[in-house]
Parts: sequence; C-alpha cells; structure tokens
Amino acid sequence: MDILNILLSESFWAASLRIATPLIFGVLGALLCERAGVLNLGIEGIFVVGAMCGWLAVWLGAGLWGGVLVAALAGAFFGLLHAILTVPLGLSQHVSGLGITLFATSVSYFSYRTALPNVSSPPRIEPFQPLDFPVLADLPFFGTVLFQQTALTWLALFMVVAVWYVMNRTALGIAIQAVGDNPDSVEAQGLSVFALRIGAVTAGSSLMALGGAFLTMSAFDAFFFGMVNGRGWVCIALVIFASWRPGKALLGALLFGAFDALQVRLQTQMGAAVPGQVFLMAPYILSIVALVIAARSADYPRALLTPWFKGQR
Amino acid sequence: MSNIVLSLNGLSKKFGSVVANADVSLTLERGEVLALLGENGAGKTTLMNMLFGHYLPDSGTIDVADANGQLCPLQLGHPLAALSAGIGMVHQHFTLAENINALDNITLGAEPLLAVRRSTRLARSKIDRIIEKSGLKAPLSTPVGRLSVGERQRVEILKALYRDANILVLDEPTAVLTPQEADTLFENIKAMTKDGISVIFISHKLHEVLAFSDRIAVLRHGVKVGEMATSQADEKAIARMMVGAESPKVERTKIATGDPVLQLKNISVAGRSKRDSLEFVSLEVHAHEILGIAGISGNGQGALAQVVSGLMTLSEGTIQVGGKEITKPAPQAMISAGVGRIPEDRHREGIIGAMTVAENMVIERLEDSDIQSRGLLRPDAIEAYARILEHSYDVRGPGVTAAARLLSGGNIQKLILARVFERAPKVILASQPTRGLDMGAAAEVGRRLLEARERGAGVLLISEDLDEILGLADRIMIIRDGQLVETKSHDREAIGLMMAGEAA
Ligand SMILES: Nc1ncnc2c1ncn2[C@@H]1O[C@H](COP(=O)(O)OP(=O)(O)OP(=O)(O)O)[C@@H](O)[C@H]1O
Ligand SMILES: [Mg+2]
Repeated sequence: MDILNILLSESFWAASLRIATPLIFGVLGALLCERAGVLNLGIEGIFVVGAMCGWLAVWLGAGLWGGVLVAALAGAFFGLLHAILTVPLGLSQHVSGLGITLFATSVSYFSYRTALPNVSSPPRIEPFQPLDFPVLADLPFFGTVLFQQTALTWLALFMVVAVWYVMNRTALGIAIQAVGDNPDSVEAQGLSVFALRIGAVTAGSSLMALGGAFLTMSAFDAFFFGMVNGRGWVCIALVIFASWRPGKALLGALLFGAFDALQVRLQTQMGAAVPGQVFLMAPYILSIVALVIAARSADYPRALLTPWFKGQR
Repeated sequence: MSNIVLSLNGLSKKFGSVVANADVSLTLERGEVLALLGENGAGKTTLMNMLFGHYLPDSGTIDVADANGQLCPLQLGHPLAALSAGIGMVHQHFTLAENINALDNITLGAEPLLAVRRSTRLARSKIDRIIEKSGLKAPLSTPVGRLSVGERQRVEILKALYRDANILVLDEPTAVLTPQEADTLFENIKAMTKDGISVIFISHKLHEVLAFSDRIAVLRHGVKVGEMATSQADEKAIARMMVGAESPKVERTKIATGDPVLQLKNISVAGRSKRDSLEFVSLEVHAHEILGIAGISGNGQGALAQVVSGLMTLSEGTIQVGGKEITKPAPQAMISAGVGRIPEDRHREGIIGAMTVAENMVIERLEDSDIQSRGLLRPDAIEAYARILEHSYDVRGPGVTAAARLLSGGNIQKLILARVFERAPKVILASQPTRGLDMGAAAEVGRRLLEARERGAGVLLISEDLDEILGLADRIMIIRDGQLVETKSHDREAIGLMMAGEAA
C-alpha cells in the first residue's frame, strides 16, 4: 500500500528525474567514449572535477552558466589526457582510466583545500533554481515532475536528443560508430582514427563533468568530499544496460533514479524496522539485476578496448 | 603527356625480419588492366597497402599522374592522399564497419563530417546507378554484420567505385563471388577502362587473369620476378614464374567407401533469414568418401556448416558422428566426436588473431598430454610441435610465436589445415577450403583432402567452385533454398543449371 502511494505521488517522480539528471549526463558521456571504442573509467574522477570546478568558478564570481562551461572544459581536459594515453599511445584503457579517476579526484580535493584553506563548513553558492514555466508548471502531474526542474535537468534531456541525433543522423556520428566497430573501415575511407577517437572521448568527458556540475550547482549548493559517491561507476554499468543507445540510456538513468527515490521514501516510512543501509543498497542491487538481464542482448562496440595502430594487422 | 598514370619506384617493406617487399618497381598505363600475381605471402597485399597509404614504405617512392597527366609524387602513408589522387582500393580483408549499413559504409568519409544535416538521397541514387551499371547488388539499409560474405565483398567494391577512382586496386575481388558475378564485374571493369580508368587486380584464379588482364606482373618472396603481356602468357608459364616450378596435378584413386561417419537426418534449422535456414536436410558421408555440396552462395551452406560444427541449435532432426548420436550439438562435442572444421570465414571463425600461431595450432587439442600436464600448458612442447607443423604444412610468415593475425590470408588457411589434419579427424568439414589460396596451396588442400579420404575419413566439401567439387568429390549434392538434392550427373553444365534452380 505504502509503495503504491509513493509511486503515485508527484514528488516521487520529480525526485526520480532530479536524481537521474547527473546519471543522464554520465551515461551519455560514457556512451560517446565507448561508441568510439574507448572505455573511460576516469568518469568517477571527472564527475568530481566537474562538481568542484563548476562550483568554484561560481564561488569565485562567475555566472552559473560560466560555471557550467568551466566544468565542461575541465572534464574535456581530463578526457583529452585519457584519450592521449589510450589512443595514440595505446595504453591499457582500464589502467589509464582508473589513474585518471584517482588523479582527478585528488587534484580536485587539493584545489579545494588550496582555494579554501580555513573553512570548516563549505561555503554556499546561489544554485540553479527551478525554471518557471508560467502555465505548464500548474499542470496536474507533469507540472511538478517536468516543469519545476532546473535548467540543468532540461539540458540533460536535451543532450539525450542531441547525442541521439549526432550518432544516428550525422556523418560524424556514423564515423564514430564505425571507428568503434572496425577502425580500418574509417582509415580506408581517409578519415583519422585517432582524431575521431580523441574527439569522442574529449566530448564525452565534458558531458560527464556536467553530471558532476549538476551536483554542486543544482542538487546542492556546495562542494563536499565524497559527494560523487560512485555515480560514475553506476554510469559505466548503465551504458551496458542501455546497449549504447541514448534513448535507453535515459531509461536506465530514470530507472536508477526511481529506485533511489523509492529507497529514500521507504527508509523514512519503515526506518525503524529495517536498517537504513538495506535501502541504500537496493538501487545498486536492482541495477545489477537489470544489467544481468540487459547485458545478454547488448551489442558491444566490437573494437571496444582494442587500441589501433597504423600499419598493423 | 605520357601514358603512365602510376609508377611505384623501388618500394621496400620489412615486418620485423620478414621481408614483405624488396625494391619493387611497377608502372601502370592509362586504361590498362594489370594483374598482380604471386603465391600466398608473396607480398601483393603489402605492396598495394603501401600504394594506398595503409603502410609506410621503408624506402621507395610513388608517383601518380595529376589531372594534366603529369606524374607527381604521392604523399606516402596517408589514405586520404591516395583517395584524393584518385586511387580506390578494394581490400582483401574487408574494411567494413558491421554495426552500420552498407550505404553508410560507402559514404563514410566521402561526405562532410561536420555537416549538421545529412542527406542520403543523392548518395543513394548514385549508388543505385553504380549497382545498375555494375550488377553488384547488395542490400543498402541492413547492418553489414548481417550480410553474407559475398554481399560484403560487393559492398567493398561499391565503396571504391563510389569514390570515382581513376586508378582502381582490387585485392582478390572475386575470391567470394560466384563465377557469374565475377564475370560481370570484370566486364564492367573492362568497360570502365574504356573511359580511361586503370586497374590493378590481384587474383589466384588464372582463367580470370588470362581473360581480363592486359599485362601480368609476378611477385615471389617480395621481389618482382617478372612481367609479361597477357597475350604472350599461358597458365604454365605463369605458374613457373610464380613458384619456380610447375605444381603437380592431384591424382585421385578409386577406393571402396566404408561405413557412414556423418549422418544428418531430417535436419531443420530456422536462421535469421531464409538463406541461413535448412529444411529437412538429410545426408550421409561415408568413410573413404568426399561428398561435395555445390550451390550458389547464400542457399543454406552457412547453416549446414554451422550445424556440422555444432554452432547452431536444431529445430528438428538428428546428427550422428561415427554412428553415435550427438544429443547436444555444441562445438566441443563435435570436436571430441571427431569432426575437423575448416570454416568459411577463416579470419573470424578459424583463428584467434591475437594469439600466437603455435597456440592456434593446438587450440583444439588442449587436453592432450603432450600439450599440457596437470592443467598447465607446456609452451616449449607447443612451440616445438608448431614448428614441425609450420614446416610440413609450409606456413610462411613471421614465425610460430607471432600473432596469427599477422599471417597472410593464404597462410592462415594453411595454419587451419595443419590444426585439422594433424588430429586425424573422422569427419572433415571443409567450407570453401581453397578460397583465396594460390594454385600451389590449393592443390595442396586437394591433396590433403584426398589423403584424408584414403586414410578413412569422410569429407563434407562445401564449395562454390564447381571445378573443385568435380575434381575432388565422389558424390555430389546440390543445395538450393536450404534443401539438398543428390545428383548422379558429373556434368558441369547440368549441375550449373541445377544450382541455378532449373530442372536438369
Ligand atoms: N602488418 C604486418 N605485420 C607483420 N607481418 C606482416 C604484416 N603485413 C604482412 N605481413 C607479412 O608479410 C608477408 C606478405 O604478406 P601479404 O599479405 O602482402 O601477402 P599476399 O601476397 O597478399 O598473400 P595472400 O595471397 O595470401 O593474400 C607475409 O609473410 C605476412 O605475414
Ligand atoms: Mg593478400
């Protein structure tokens, strides 16, 4: 009965979409990298960088959108680093990615401490406010769920469409798909395997950083240590669930968001009887289950994880 | 204005210690068809890959005629430079992305990458025109991964034609085409040369070479050993130049057949499309017998091969190997029951490219005690064993400890032959076993299959090459639309008609 009540409430769905937003950015970013054939385990660290840089820029006086831009650029920088290590140099994508995560996370914490050596409670910024849609916001159900979200959530939804469009309707997207399947197909047509892969990884990484920026600039209004809390890793799983398709990526992120929102509500309702950690685990367990079901039919980009070098068979 | 459109000057290329090309020079005239011949591993593909910019030569230069007919040096190592100089290439190992469709593969790189909108209408009508002119039909909107090998070959050719090349390089373009398709292709190429297009093609099929080329150049061990006008060449002269000797003709003896070793009874499988389905197929292969399955590609051969390899689930019917029923057909079950498998797509299903030649040679007998002891592989023993096989099957390349993908196409096939024949299997499934092999190597496959037959194996030979079937098979069945019919006739003409579906 309780669950039904929760599932029917507007606030539950609004929260699901809010929780899903950083994941949408993250999955789209991971999707872009992997479609080009490069696994980017730097995602967790890039989330932290995005969260920290976006917030810091605003705190230092930039506008909110200025902060978003700074976050995207910071993400692109670490993406470029990962791309250079794994594409022309052909290093292990796992090792480089984990290295980027460790590096990016510590650099972020370090910069935070350097910028704010003496604060005990993190300073706050004025975050993105829910967009004010005059009539739409008063619609019965969708009013709350859709039309009282912040601009970054709308940006995430727009990105789903944009990434889908680029991947399926433009020559660039098709070339990215091709380079992730068989790099030779791209080279034989006179395109540069390296340029496509580096470009896709860099662009994908800046999307990931936006996921982080959402945390400090929309969901909360400050930067904490450990605030990313595994969201990047969730995206790596979700992209398989999504079978590398933007539409399904949105679905996967929403599903996880819904699990998470549900978990919080159940926790408050039944908190006394069951330890809270059980509920905290629930979204992860459910995503593993969903992944197991979906991964069987997922079509991996064939060249994922395989470095390509000119003149080699 | 000279008539020369392309000149390769002293190209050399080494891979580690393997000399793939040594100081090769070649010229090509406007409107000329040059056939490039040589054994497997002679360096033909390497030479063309240098021309197209895939490989950077160790030394040497390339000149290409510009619009005014002036020879200008070509920037080496850049496919884009080759494409803009009007060079088009059909690769031996298809360079197709399987997750996108044929149309996208063809237009990839030919349209502006950063355009916001993409219109495929013009491209589609241009491709349709090319298809109409060339007779090379392929479904344009299906992901390439779902196309048959023949269709992929056609897409690969369409890709080069789409770029309006005026120097066309074709690396074994007809290896997987039917004879009719091959003829149409070459007639088209002939017609294109009238418009001033020049062609270099590589083929192991001498009749094609004699019928359609103007000039022949021969490579042996990476060195150009000769050149002649086709009008002055015959098969014997070419063979002598290629291998330094004439290859012996295979002799087949009469033997009485033994008990059935492979029996398929009323097998039906439902594939993704009609062409990889089978309908109530029954056949028997006996010991001391080669059963030839003739047919135009895409009539169920793939499904039949997959059934015998244990790769496909049967919807109906039974399989027996050596009289014992295989209840759960799976690759391992078939291998241990005594089936040896020479797959059609040797790169994808025949080898694991990233593993060494030696590992690939022992991969189907890992349980044997000379390969492993107590679950640990014995690398030295494996290597020693591989060296013996390398020698006796004449596998040429960078050695048994190199990755198998580095071998040339023909040598990959020899590796597979070595693996299969050394296990002395009861049943040998040979799908298109001589596709892409040079004359010597093809004769060798024939000899090995006959040897296995003599030893008492039963061979299921699936081939589109009617001459191969007529030369080797004791009995012939024809596959069409997923159904098998036996024919008593050994007459080329009659079988050809039955393959095409006319009563004979
Ligand atoms: N990228 C590479 N790395 C290492 N060795 C290579 C590479 N490419 C070719 N080789 C070696 O160079 C030699 C020539 O190979 P190539 O593919 O040019 O032969 P080919 O004449 O085209 O043979 P086939 O008729 O079998 O296709 C072979 O020994 C092959 O193993
Ligand atoms: Mg070759």
